[in-house]
Amino acid sequence: MEFIVIIISAIFVNNVVLMQFLGICPFLGVSKKVSTAVGMTGAVTFVMILATIVTYLIQHYILNPYGIGFMQTISFILVIASLVQLVEIILKKVSPALYQALGVFLPLITTNCAILGVAIMTIQKDYNLLEAVVFSGASAIGFGLALVLFAGLREHLDLVELPKGIKGTPAALIVAGLLAMAFMGFSGIV
Amino acid sequence: MTNKDIFLRGFFKENAVFALLLGMCPTLGVTSSATNGLGMGLATTFVLIMSNLVISLVSSFIPDKVKIPSFIVIIASFVTMVDLLMAGYVPALHEQLGVFIPLIVVNCVVLGRAEAFASKNKMVPSIIDGVSMGLGFAMALTMLGAIREFFGSGKMFGVTLFNETYGMLVFVLAPGAFIALGYLIAFINRVRKV
Repeated sequence: MEFIVIIISAIFVNNVVLMQFLGICPFLGVSKKVSTAVGMTGAVTFVMILATIVTYLIQHYILNPYGIGFMQTISFILVIASLVQLVEIILKKVSPALYQALGVFLPLITTNCAILGVAIMTIQKDYNLLEAVVFSGASAIGFGLALVLFAGLREHLDLVELPKGIKGTPAALIVAGLLAMAFMGFSGIV
Repeated sequence: MTNKDIFLRGFFKENAVFALLLGMCPTLGVTSSATNGLGMGLATTFVLIMSNLVISLVSSFIPDKVKIPSFIVIIASFVTMVDLLMAGYVPALHEQLGVFIPLIVVNCVVLGRAEAFASKNKMVPSIIDGVSMGLGFAMALTMLGAIREFFGSGKMFGVTLFNETYGMLVFVLAPGAFIALGYLIAFINRVRKV
């Protein structure tokens, strides 16, 4: 039951992108086509779950026992940066097909604030390891849901006649606002 | 390029938010009031100036292969400093900005300037670049925060201008951030062209 609440809340009610404003850069950057949005979602899900597990272990077995909690930001970002590199190298050797599909998105993930944000939020919310994994997975799905929905909307937006000043990013932002408004309908269900 | 050119470019011509569309997460996330926007903008400005200063001094000693990781460590140290300083001196603001303070590390503006400007230039221009980029970012955040606060709750920097019941709540909530920024960028595009 607890897990269902975490999942619903992370995907719909507190959607990472539309409600918490994490990962806006890829949300605006790689949402021009549905296929690239799906690829990005795959890469983000993979790295987000891995990063949350590793940062959880670091926080509870290194930072807390030695009382060096102030090193959190530095150690987390280093872990995420090296994890992304590691995943890239391993994927290249083990599964070239998957590397082909996700490859271009991987370097972009280091600066995706959703990854670091979810890792820090997991610590703040005081989840245990299993809850942390569920939370990060659900957050990644929420990210993917928003990204794919938005990419679908943007594909149609390209065909619409708009005033010059509002074409491009302003129009995309306004559409994102409407999407966020739709997601507000979920508030209160958990 | 003179120092004045560098300043104007960072502050207006290549404004991080309006022209380059960088650092969107804090731009949307913390601007529910003008004070929050200003606080976040100044915190980012401090990190930008200090990281530009240090990186312009040490970049010639750093091998190319580990350039980005070293930059990230330098930036993260200053972010940690800001985080602790704000928790100590302005706890209320620190509480409001929450997770977005550690997230200055992954703000593309900071790493972008380190890589594109500070690593290739001397100390003084790098500091000016940091100041101008940071203040431009702070200006954008304060503008957006003021607009959202005004329409959402009838206040400006916490001072009540009209009764809150006439405010449009949606501007303070998440959708308002996207919509207000969309129209603000459209407006700035229009002014820029004239």
